[in-house]
Amino acid sequence: MIYIELFLNFLQVGAVSFGGGYAMISLIREKVLMNGWLSEGELLNMIAVSESTPGPIAVNMATFVGSKQGGILGSFVATLGVVLPSFIIILIIASLIRNFLKYKGIQAFLGGIRPCVVGLILATALTMLMSSLFAFKSIDSEATLDAKGLIIFAVIAATAVIYKRIKEKPLSPILLILLSAGLGMVMYSI
Amino acid sequence: MKKHLDLFLTMLKIGLFTFGGGYAMIALLENEFVSKKKWIEKDEFLDMVAIAESTPGPIAINVSTYIGYKMLGFLGSLIATVAVCIPSFVIIYTISLFFDTFLSLTLVSYAFRGIQVCVIWLILSAGLKMLKQMKKTPLNIVILSAVILCMVAFSVFSASFSTIFYILISGTVGLFVYLISLLRKRKENDE
Repeated sequence: MIYIELFLNFLQVGAVSFGGGYAMISLIREKVLMNGWLSEGELLNMIAVSESTPGPIAVNMATFVGSKQGGILGSFVATLGVVLPSFIIILIIASLIRNFLKYKGIQAFLGGIRPCVVGLILATALTMLMSSLFAFKSIDSEATLDAKGLIIFAVIAATAVIYKRIKEKPLSPILLILLSAGLGMVMYSI
Repeated sequence: MKKHLDLFLTMLKIGLFTFGGGYAMIALLENEFVSKKKWIEKDEFLDMVAIAESTPGPIAINVSTYIGYKMLGFLGSLIATVAVCIPSFVIIYTISLFFDTFLSLTLVSYAFRGIQVCVIWLILSAGLKMLKQMKKTPLNIVILSAVILCMVAFSVFSASFSTIFYILISGTVGLFVYLISLLRKRKENDE
């Protein structure tokens, strides 16, 4: 049943995604692509929408995918699934093991996860780049270059890097999204 | 009862006005609960944030649950968590009803092709920023490179290996290395 599947898949996302924000994308991506709930393009669209609306990305993704697959009830169970592990884990820590971070064993376990999360984000970005800009999904498929997409990527990256050099603070992601929307409209119309 | 309502409304407001995810929300929570309302001590708040960052799940949800519990026990944590989720739930649910129709406009679909590229950049730069901040110990570098190599290779050869395993294995490796160093130290002390 779709409701149970939505609940269980997003429960896993909530239970094992460390680091919050973009660090949760790799597992969300795996779940929605594997179940055929979103395509790569739809996933990227939704990340942009999440970035431009309030609330945590994981909650936004759960609500959206749930609604697409199972209406308002689907939306509710998926969101419940992604939030429930946080809720239970924090309750346990707050009530029973407040000095949880002082245990050396837990520190060592979390210390191993930290570089893993960085690796997951970088690898996810690389595979997204390959599948979106080069239509390269696996070794069996033929790669075709999306030259317009590549140009947009180069302009966005250059703008972000140069802005940060000059102003010494990062350009807001929402402004970058707006810029890329304009570039997309111009580039793909011609 | 008044405090319950106050907690609910404050969390609702924070859920509605935080763009840009976890860290933006933490600043807002600190402003409301530590500086303005003085319901929580600064040190205690910093401890909460450290725990929220180290436990799985969205950081904003973790901090909200913790604050709610600190203030009003179980009921408080329930109120805070539900309230902080309501705005994004309502907004995203509404968007989900119209999104496909919106995307069927040609110009909008072009705009989103540009946006998709931008999102990949945002994810990549978030990863690079974390890489810069990561302590470059040998263990960290080994785990990082192994994860990147395996994940890219698995996706190129379209083999499936869940992200969950990468996380659990890396955590176990971290724990294992710590235990070995502990054993070694004990041996040295014995000799």
